[in-house]
Amino acid sequence: MSFLPYAVAAWLFVVGLYGIVTSRHLVHLAVCLTVVQSSTYLILLSSGYVRHGSAPIYADIPPVATAVDPVVQALTLTDIVVESTITALLLALAVQAMKRFGSVDPTALRQLRG
Amino acid sequence: MSPRGRLMLFLPSAAGLLFLLIDALRRLPGFGHYPGPYGFVLNGVGVTERHATNLVTAVNFDYRAFDTLGEEFILFTATTAVVLILRHIRGEDERGTARREGASNALRGVALAFVAGLIVLGGYVVAHGALTPGGGFQGGVILACGAFVVFLAGEAVAMKRVAPEQLLEFADAAGAAGFALLGVGGLVFAGVFLQNFLDLGKPGSLNSAGTILLVSIAIGIEVTGAFLLIWTEFLDQALLVRSGGSEGE
Repeated sequence: MSFLPYAVAAWLFVVGLYGIVTSRHLVHLAVCLTVVQSSTYLILLSSGYVRHGSAPIYADIPPVATAVDPVVQALTLTDIVVESTITALLLALAVQAMKRFGSVDPTALRQLRG
Repeated sequence: MSPRGRLMLFLPSAAGLLFLLIDALRRLPGFGHYPGPYGFVLNGVGVTERHATNLVTAVNFDYRAFDTLGEEFILFTATTAVVLILRHIRGEDERGTARREGASNALRGVALAFVAGLIVLGGYVVAHGALTPGGGFQGGVILACGAFVVFLAGEAVAMKRVAPEQLLEFADAAGAAGFALLGVGGLVFAGVFLQNFLDLGKPGSLNSAGTILLVSIAIGIEVTGAFLLIWTEFLDQALLVRSGGSEGE
């Protein structure tokens, strides 16, 4: 049971990759990349989890209370911010691909035209 | 390569990757058995050292502030790239687009109530980042939603008036520069880049934790500007297509 979060993370990673490889639409491809990235959130958060620990926010718990690792939580926040901006960038590229080539199917974008 | 051939190549490789991943993850400490020591050390000293009760914010905006500076510039660069990519071919077809059809007065009234609530909530989350869950990134997104609700109520033109692009660009840049300048302030007043150089105050009060509050506000401004800028650019594209732009369809 204690391996379950890691197993889910590994599964999300591979399923996202499957989506990227078989994708027929650039927006779908960007969403699949976020699935791959969500596995990293899960690995980060579960590697810092302490059994029976509360959130590392000492506003309303005693100073000696057991809390989970705040470093990996901060890293996850960084991860989410980077993911959202990269997704925006990829979607902008998808919009331009549609305008320039008239298609959002990655397999149809094989030839580069000036 | 044909889609079928690609899948034939992918499936065995994915099976191998999954096997290696699971084998590697099995060797990590079990779920719930965090070995430390960084988390435990920070949980022990964070509140007394920085007078911040939300240690995630303390890590982001103080202990690991240099990394967050890099992250902030990733956000800044990506936003600039989105603006550049989407602005490239605009211009030839940018006639004034009227507001979207079908927005009733009831919808506009509800949206107005949401705008006020979202802006208060966003400001609260930004300002209390050092105390309770929140901070500049989270609060900034809520603040950006405040202006976005104006668009959702059908007032695409009004959103441009509430949040003109030049103001958004300025907020994006000023927030990024503010964080960097706070770092320089640490260099000047405490001798170390991004060192917390202000009075730490009483833990749990709003003006505690020194520069963490200021960094949170700077990031809040940047994130608000960046997200609204990204959304504005995408909305311009959508309106272009909807108003019968020559390209796209």
